[in-house]
Amino acid sequence: MLRATLKGQRLVAVILLGCVLLNYPFLRLVDGPQEVFGIPVLFAYVFGVWAALIALMAYIIEKRGDTR
Amino acid sequence: MLQGPIIIAASFAYLGALFAIAYYGDKRSDEGRSIIANPTIYALSLAVYCTTWTFYGSVGRAVSSGIGFLPIYVGPTLMVGLWWFVMLKIIRISKTNHITSIADFVASRYGKSQALGGLVTIIAVIGVIPYISLQLKAVSGSLAILFNYPEIVMPQRSAALPFSQDHTLYIALILAAFTILFGTRHLDATERHEGMVAAIAFESVIKLLAFVAVGLFVTFGIYDGFGDIFRRAENAPKLHALMGGGASSGNYGNWASLTLLSMMAIMFLPRQFQITVVENVNETHLRRAIWLFPLYLLLINIFVLPIAFGGVLHFPDGGVDADTFVLTLPMVERQEALALFVFIGGLSAATGMVIVETIALSTMVCNDLVMPVLLRQSWLGLIQRADLSGLLLSIRRGAIVVILILGYIYFRAAGEAYALVGIGLISFSAIAQFAPAIIGGIYWKGGTRLGAITGLSAGFAVWLYTLLLPSFAKSGWLPADFMQYGLFGLALLKPQQLLGFSGVDEITHCLFWSMLANIGCYVLVSLARRPSAVETSQATLFVDVFRQSQGVTSRSLWRGSAHVDDLVPLIGRFLGPERARTAFQDYARRRGVKSVAELAADADLVHYAEKLLAGAIGSASARVMVSSVVKEEPLGIDEVMNILDEASQVRAYSRQLEQKSRELEEATRELREANQRLRELDRMKDDFISTVSHELRTPLTSIRAFSEILCDDPKTDLADRKRFLSIITKETERLTRLINQILDMAKLESGKTEWHDEELDLREVVEQSVAATSSLFADRNVALDTHLTGTVPPVLADRDRIMQVVINLLSNAVKFVPAGGGRVAVRLTVEGEALRIDVEDNGPGIAAADQAVIFEKFRQGGDTMTEKPAGTGLGLPISRQIIEHYGGRLWVISQPEKGIAGATFSFTLPRGGHMRERSLQTGARAAAAA
Repeated sequence: MLRATLKGQRLVAVILLGCVLLNYPFLRLVDGPQEVFGIPVLFAYVFGVWAALIALMAYIIEKRGDTR
Repeated sequence: MLQGPIIIAASFAYLGALFAIAYYGDKRSDEGRSIIANPTIYALSLAVYCTTWTFYGSVGRAVSSGIGFLPIYVGPTLMVGLWWFVMLKIIRISKTNHITSIADFVASRYGKSQALGGLVTIIAVIGVIPYISLQLKAVSGSLAILFNYPEIVMPQRSAALPFSQDHTLYIALILAAFTILFGTRHLDATERHEGMVAAIAFESVIKLLAFVAVGLFVTFGIYDGFGDIFRRAENAPKLHALMGGGASSGNYGNWASLTLLSMMAIMFLPRQFQITVVENVNETHLRRAIWLFPLYLLLINIFVLPIAFGGVLHFPDGGVDADTFVLTLPMVERQEALALFVFIGGLSAATGMVIVETIALSTMVCNDLVMPVLLRQSWLGLIQRADLSGLLLSIRRGAIVVILILGYIYFRAAGEAYALVGIGLISFSAIAQFAPAIIGGIYWKGGTRLGAITGLSAGFAVWLYTLLLPSFAKSGWLPADFMQYGLFGLALLKPQQLLGFSGVDEITHCLFWSMLANIGCYVLVSLARRPSAVETSQATLFVDVFRQSQGVTSRSLWRGSAHVDDLVPLIGRFLGPERARTAFQDYARRRGVKSVAELAADADLVHYAEKLLAGAIGSASARVMVSSVVKEEPLGIDEVMNILDEASQVRAYSRQLEQKSRELEEATRELREANQRLRELDRMKDDFISTVSHELRTPLTSIRAFSEILCDDPKTDLADRKRFLSIITKETERLTRLINQILDMAKLESGKTEWHDEELDLREVVEQSVAATSSLFADRNVALDTHLTGTVPPVLADRDRIMQVVINLLSNAVKFVPAGGGRVAVRLTVEGEALRIDVEDNGPGIAAADQAVIFEKFRQGGDTMTEKPAGTGLGLPISRQIIEHYGGRLWVISQPEKGIAGATFSFTLPRGGHMRERSLQTGARAAAAA
């Protein structure tokens, strides 16, 4: 069953979070001359948030024993 | 080593390998052992989204706008998360209704409208053509650059060449031939191509590996890791602006609109719909795709920025097109094998896109555009032709060639004025026009055919005017006047500053106006008129697709009569007679009928036939064809509404039934419990009677025994006689007391007791009780202490009853304390709104287990089997009844287990609001009397 489920709602929450984090004004906030391990902070932020979103989605979907 | 023949040979070897995979996939599928029935393969095949746009174009985009290339991949990541709801619904609808393309989907939703199917097809073909030309441009460009190895020479402008010398044309034709071989070898009613999907998944792996390989080479081979590239870029004046911030990402509106655009593209691009919906083997494969596909997008984008910056650092003079960095960087470093691998990667990105896109488009062109027109031309006599499946295949093959030629023409006309991503975005904006009609169509029953047609047309017209025509103008194919001064010289009509709206890029501008027109027309026109019968029924089938197990199906919305002999040949004409016969035999077997001829030509069969046909020629044409051989009674809107109402009533009834049955279960449970309680009470009554009889018999027996002695033996001496008579008297008294108490108890329990309430001073009551029991205390030589507070407020109660309680407690206490050393204390205190009396003794105490029991009838503390009962067993129950009548509490505290001797019986009597009131009235009456 893939219907409206707790997992589905969690996914929607993650997506909404992603919509906020990967948009104005957050992108403006991290847009600066600083660097993280030699990588400009904006690039590091975008890729970091993106990877975190994917990890969260994978965790929500693949977690066992909680199908409802 | 990197010479023309080798490059050509490698390319064809790659295409051959693809073909082998596809062939193997089809073979396995025919054997029923699918190799694509696997969520990972499904997710990989979705990556057909990544074309040469991604492979070559992202780097070019990054050079001009920093992370501006990313929204195209962030959007799908976000959208895919919502697929759990949205795409699942679309897949379910498509499978239920045998939908094989996006045009079919829209047409079917809005009442199986041929006009709408045709419109969607036209928009899709025109919209996607720039996208196909992008692939041609990328492949021909990369091929031209590779041919010149070891020189780095940018390709000539194709437009300057005559057609016969333009190798892009040959590439287009080769791709067309390849696609035809690939996708249209035979006709399948479900339009599924397992072999193709397997090959696409393989291509996804190749292009990812190629891109990551060149990324690793640039980042760690040419430079010294990410930090090194970014540090050098920081110092290059040209790149500094791209390092985040400033002009590069300043346009956040642009970022948001590209994200939105790609969210729609990932769902409605014809090839994405084909792969995600039509080729889907199992709905549950969506689960893994939701995270695996975004992961793919992330991986293929990690090295875009390093390659972009590395390219600019390597070719600082700008003579090399940034769209070719992926290829030219390995070339300039003399990495021949890597350069060839990159070229193959780019080829796989392009072929994947072209194959799926043109197959999807050719299905739409054939089913929703050409066939409806041809079938209407009665002079062609198509309907009488025995086998049309060959014609269908020819139309599709023709469509593939035409689409690729159109792509080539656009490439020559406008393609060179734009970077790769710019061309792709024009297509995305066209595809986005499908979103309102589809998303609206699956969640809103009110959308009508006319609304969808006007919405789509309006949005498409705006797109044509604000994006497509300007793209021709920019490359000089159209006069640029209307761009600069607006149509008819009206400045408000400037295509890229419509109504003076400026300050955003052309894509955002087009998205805004086209969506406004599209959604506006769709909603307003839909609301203007009541939907027709067939619109209403299709809307219900789509929107309520998850509820159909207990509601409307398309069968319940059909009425008419048909003959099996008409239906089978009809289907045979389109699918081929052999396949049609097999399909109907399967159906007959499922229905438990021996042969096709015995099938009942009912709504089910007609529906099955229509579905079969819909797979081959689209739902709109299928409907027309089936109704040509079936006598159908058209349903009026009222009838459809009735059927839908009935269905919703059925649903409502079934909900009510469920509720009723739940209530019934609840009632049954309550009844069962009540029954159990009754049985318990019955058992208790029996116990009570037997106990009472037992209690009564004991004194009776002894009375009788002594009376018999006195009667039988006249010689008994006087002293004995006297003793016997006194025993008889005592036992009689006990009997009387017992009977009185039983009657008392019965009265209390039935509520028939008369209460003579009056204002009581509890001190007085306690004193009187103490006086009444003083002889008992004196007999057993037990000390009695009374602690009474000075004055207590009066309570309203029955004097005799309260005395009865206090006496009962006192006599109990005196009975259980040791004779001689026993002590009993009575205390009267005020406790808030109540008065409290404690009777404390220093007897053996009452075990915790007995503390509840002693308040039950005929139950006494201790072992009643061995010890002589010390009371009737009714005193405490009666006392508790009395106290509870007045809203008080009677309880005992005793902890013999902890070695604390004695027990304290306490009760409270509330003064109570109503009692105070009554006492005041009494007081007032008393005052008045005085």
